[in-house]
Amino acid sequence: MTKATSTPDTASAGGSRAKSALLTTALIFPSGLWYLALLVAPLAIITVFSFGVRAPNGGYQPAFTFDNYLHLLTQPERMAPFFTSLYMAIGGTLGCLFVGLPLAYFIATRAGKRKSTLILMLVIPFWTSFLIRTYSWLIILGKDNLGGVIANLIGQPDFRILGTPWAVLLGLVYGYLPLMVFPMYVTLERMDRSLVEASKDLGAGRWATFRQVTLPITLPGLVTGSILVFIPMMGEYVIPQILGYGRTFLMGNALVDAFIQTRNWPFGSAMAVLLIVVMLFTVSLYVWFVNRGRTVREVSVL
Amino acid sequence: MSHGVSAGAGAKQGIDRWGPLVEGWLRAHTAIVYAFLYLPIAVVVIYSFNDNRLATIWTGFTLKWYPAVFDDPVVKAALGNSFLVAIPTAILATTFGTMGALGLQRVGKRTKMLFDGLTYISIIVPEIVIALSTLVLFSQAFAWLNPTFGLKFNLGVQTIIAAHMLFNISFVLLLVRARLDGMDRTLVEASYDLFASPWRTFRQITFPQLTPAILAGFLLSFTFSFDDYVITSFVSGPGSSTLPLFIFGQVKKGVTPETNAVATMMLFFTLAMLGVGQFLLGRNSKKEAGGVGGMAAMIAEQR
Repeated sequence: MTKATSTPDTASAGGSRAKSALLTTALIFPSGLWYLALLVAPLAIITVFSFGVRAPNGGYQPAFTFDNYLHLLTQPERMAPFFTSLYMAIGGTLGCLFVGLPLAYFIATRAGKRKSTLILMLVIPFWTSFLIRTYSWLIILGKDNLGGVIANLIGQPDFRILGTPWAVLLGLVYGYLPLMVFPMYVTLERMDRSLVEASKDLGAGRWATFRQVTLPITLPGLVTGSILVFIPMMGEYVIPQILGYGRTFLMGNALVDAFIQTRNWPFGSAMAVLLIVVMLFTVSLYVWFVNRGRTVREVSVL
Repeated sequence: MSHGVSAGAGAKQGIDRWGPLVEGWLRAHTAIVYAFLYLPIAVVVIYSFNDNRLATIWTGFTLKWYPAVFDDPVVKAALGNSFLVAIPTAILATTFGTMGALGLQRVGKRTKMLFDGLTYISIIVPEIVIALSTLVLFSQAFAWLNPTFGLKFNLGVQTIIAAHMLFNISFVLLLVRARLDGMDRTLVEASYDLFASPWRTFRQITFPQLTPAILAGFLLSFTFSFDDYVITSFVSGPGSSTLPLFIFGQVKKGVTPETNAVATMMLFFTLAMLGVGQFLLGRNSKKEAGGVGGMAAMIAEQR
């Protein structure tokens, strides 16, 4: 793409070029400033802080030590929230996968004219407040409603869902499901249906066709969807706080605890850096996967 | 496709015995998932009409919570703060984001890659990390700036706006850049061929084509700012509590019908805003469903 907005006029080329450069700078300056001041600077600060020590009454005291990382990586109880997050995020991703795949398949291949309506209906809840949709489960799963019904059904009056990891898992699947469905839908939509026909003509059953034709074709969308849900799930804070009563202690809760309650900023910073590194690693893995075969490039969302 | 398909043993007709069952299951699954998606929204709306102090037990229909909510000074203050944050955020983020998108068309590959990289980082880094590190930045900056220059910077509406602008700028940038990439270049060239000045070309050709994306960016920025909880809760100060913060506080104490009434009004308000946004965006996109999906993918960034 050429510089379409610069004058092709040659008479005042020098002057207009300087003016053009000035304009370009002026245009990208505000957004650049925001990226620098509120993205690069905060991340740089916590990276620096992660090598410091906690000040006597909380906060940061300059130092250069690897202790925060060592404590984090060698003390199992300090790593526990990370692994809880990891298991919950994996569980949530699998949940989204099992719930989302048949849904995406139905919308892409069976919905006909209602396709765009169904997709729109998937987006609408996603538009509304995450907080509101999450806390509503407190009412639904409460002992006066579904929670009580289930407790009666299994004959254990003390049975609770709220405050358990299961409630958190449900919240995660509920909250992020659309993100899993969109990329899978896009790949299934683009799939050449004649391949399925061919498979059936060759005598393959439904299951064989799904496993050997549909699933391999959906794989890139499936991986994209998994990444899209896995990453925010790893850093989730609101869902465990509300539906888990703060008892299912995820990375997000541990971070808030370190920064706000114990005010051990250096240790919190080390946790944050670890989380970011894991995210970057996961995404790099994903980018590698997507670029592995040239043909699937277009499905990339990131 | 290099995968060989193993031939089943049965004849073609015999295989589809399971057909109706599979079709029925797909249909039922889809219906259940949609019910699952809308149930919480329906519950909040329905329970906002519940004639019982305890939000979780249904006793009867009433409208009384709605006027009650408007008499609550805490709700009124939170509502005021929400607008005080969301309106400037949307205006500034849309302006800066659009400027950035236009500017990035005129820069070299390196600057573009730098911006792309930063946009991805802002997507990948969890919101909670952004929130906490921004809080640390503000507190460190104020601890140094205030005594040095005799200033009185503090956490409040202004810090919420600054923090919200970051993710909304990258959102508007993506939206407007996508529109610029899909734009018809020949019109711009034709305009130059007809000796129009760059400013006039921008005003009469480029800008009108960008309007839907800019308006959609504005409405979505407004909504995201209006709905945000995580970042807001950490960079807000005393007296700058917004509606989501109010709701979270209520949820921690126990949901009441008033909470549901506030939530219901928020739901309908944001839906109306986004409906307009989607209309503006969808009107100009060729593939309707693709457009919707594309927007959702961008929304992903916010969570």
